[in-house]
Amino acid sequence: MTPPAATAPRPARESPEGGVQTMTYREAIRLALREEMQLDERVFVMGEEVGLFDGSYKVTAGLMDEFGSERVRDTPISEEAFVGAGIGAAMIGERPVVEIMTLNFLLVAMDQVVNHAAKVGAMFGGEVRVPMVIRTPNGAGNQLTAQHSQSFDGWFAGTPGLKVVAPSNPADARALLKAAIRDDDPVLFIENLPIYKEKGEVDTEDDSLGEIGRAAILREGTDLTLCAHSFATVRCLEVADLLEQRHGYSVEVVDLRSLRPLDVETVAASVAKTNRALCVEEGWPSYGVTAELAARIQRACFDELDAPVERVGMAEVPLPYSKPLELGAMPGKDRICAAALATLEGAR
Amino acid sequence: MGESVATEDPSVETEHRLALYRAMVLSREFETEAERQYKAAKIGGYCHLSSGQEATTVGTVTALEEDDYLVTGYRCHGFALARGVSADSAMAELFGRQDGCAHGRGGSMHLLDVERHFYGGWGIVAGQLPIATGLALGIVRQDRSQAVLCELGEGAVNMGAWHESLNLASLWKLPVVFLAVNNEYGMGTAVDRASAEPEVFRRASAHRMHGERVDGNDLDAVVEAATRLLTLAREEREPAVLEAVTYRYRGHSVADAGLAYRTKDEIAEWSGNRDPIELERSRLLEAGVAAGEIEAIEDDAREEVKRAVEFAEASPEPALDGLARGMHAPGSEAQFAGMRAGSPFGEETLTFDAGLGS
Repeated sequence: MTPPAATAPRPARESPEGGVQTMTYREAIRLALREEMQLDERVFVMGEEVGLFDGSYKVTAGLMDEFGSERVRDTPISEEAFVGAGIGAAMIGERPVVEIMTLNFLLVAMDQVVNHAAKVGAMFGGEVRVPMVIRTPNGAGNQLTAQHSQSFDGWFAGTPGLKVVAPSNPADARALLKAAIRDDDPVLFIENLPIYKEKGEVDTEDDSLGEIGRAAILREGTDLTLCAHSFATVRCLEVADLLEQRHGYSVEVVDLRSLRPLDVETVAASVAKTNRALCVEEGWPSYGVTAELAARIQRACFDELDAPVERVGMAEVPLPYSKPLELGAMPGKDRICAAALATLEGAR
Repeated sequence: MGESVATEDPSVETEHRLALYRAMVLSREFETEAERQYKAAKIGGYCHLSSGQEATTVGTVTALEEDDYLVTGYRCHGFALARGVSADSAMAELFGRQDGCAHGRGGSMHLLDVERHFYGGWGIVAGQLPIATGLALGIVRQDRSQAVLCELGEGAVNMGAWHESLNLASLWKLPVVFLAVNNEYGMGTAVDRASAEPEVFRRASAHRMHGERVDGNDLDAVVEAATRLLTLAREEREPAVLEAVTYRYRGHSVADAGLAYRTKDEIAEWSGNRDPIELERSRLLEAGVAAGEIEAIEDDAREEVKRAVEFAEASPEPALDGLARGMHAPGSEAQFAGMRAGSPFGEETLTFDAGLGS
């Protein structure tokens, strides 16, 4: 009767592929799942439509054929039960990767995530661990309307006991998902609907794990720091190019990658250099990720700031169906660009 | 522990009977003392007692094999003790001390003992059901012959987690027995004021799962039913609901006098005529056990509780620098290092197992 932390990986099969490949974010996630399932028999996937249907967003396509219906397990529509079942299996040494069709549906399992998974380590005095990953996409932009277009990243990132990661590109997605699966704590791995089709280079022979809690500087600059995660980072990179081409500004982009732990150190070092910060998120900014960032930036960089820390997020309404209304509410490039210019020029 | 009664023979030999009797008495004495210590302000928070329910507690736990799993709700003192958690570490946990089974982090509702496969008292009504279902899923994935006993109060059967868990357990043929302890009241709401089907075991049939009801104050009946159902779970992967009808003498928690929603006569009827410990005591006398031997066992249990209080009193309060003990796995320190910059919350002073000191 050994505690779960002491259980050893149960090796499965070797990976046949290698080399630098261009792939979508979706394919990078799938690759990480395959690799970890090949490496370790304890890793299994469960969720709604992950098997026969190939996944609602086709992330798990082909995995059931490869690994069988025991390791790629279709569940009933019972988020509370199968998130909890993931916790229980993890507590005795399994490594479940639970897919939630979208972050919106995680709300019905909130009790299991916040009041159970996040509590186990501390509440039981460190006697039990929950090495579980919950993967789920958030995001808006497809006219999915109020109940299916939300980003609650900040709610979960504000919960001690959880780790929350949300990478912005295929290489990081693969490396961080592998790290999350091997982490001994519950990790919420937030994906994004529009980001699934984004492409990038992935060195499939590089098996190093992503560093949870470590941000990345994706673009160097000296005039302004744009700070974001997940799909908002993709937008920020485009805005940074625009600002340079059209307005001649040198803009740095910090990709948070991880929300809890949050790498304020990297953010603060960037802001100390640029003296200006704009934080961007897909969710509602009130009490959100950008609110947290702004509070920490002003404290870490009070003497270095040449302008107030600005924020851009989703307009604070339940998202409407109408395409123009939806576009107007979202933190698109125009709004990010305008806020960036205000931050850059407002204080001049 | 683990000396299950054979299915075809519900009687137990005298020595085993005496051990079970002692476990019941220990639970009663432990909780009587816990209430006293609570009123003396040595124990804080919530404190849910199970006096009157000892036959259900001890009878089901004794039906577990050593490597079976146990999960309960928050009324968990008796289950912990019956599973072999020492009175010392349980009482120390109630006192919030370092030597408690959860090192003072869990308190009365969150006792556990991983070595004995007791995966916790849980505090949210029905929240432990999905987790117990997951332990059973883990057993299947590991291809082991084990079962999970998941305790819940009858008030939990109106939660969604109950239905979702029963469905999943039945659909996937998971080795779990849901023990619905029907003590007649969910806090102060009588079962027939809360449940459209007050015979809660019948709910199992909606999920094509076996359900049955047992007199939860009759130790023999509980042992027989629990042994049979756990064996079916373990060997045939047939989950089940076992409803044990019993009664709690004390209020919902120590803070509840327990009289607003029931009469003193009702309590007296159960405690006077249907007390599980008294029932078992008279069976032992009938079986020819000397009264002196029984009294010696009772004295011994009382002594154990007395020593547990002394142990708890002597155990240190947890050190403040261990505030975040166990919150994250060892090795997480480096992941959190970047949070120190600009932190108004003192993350740099939080320590995980190996320390996150600045």
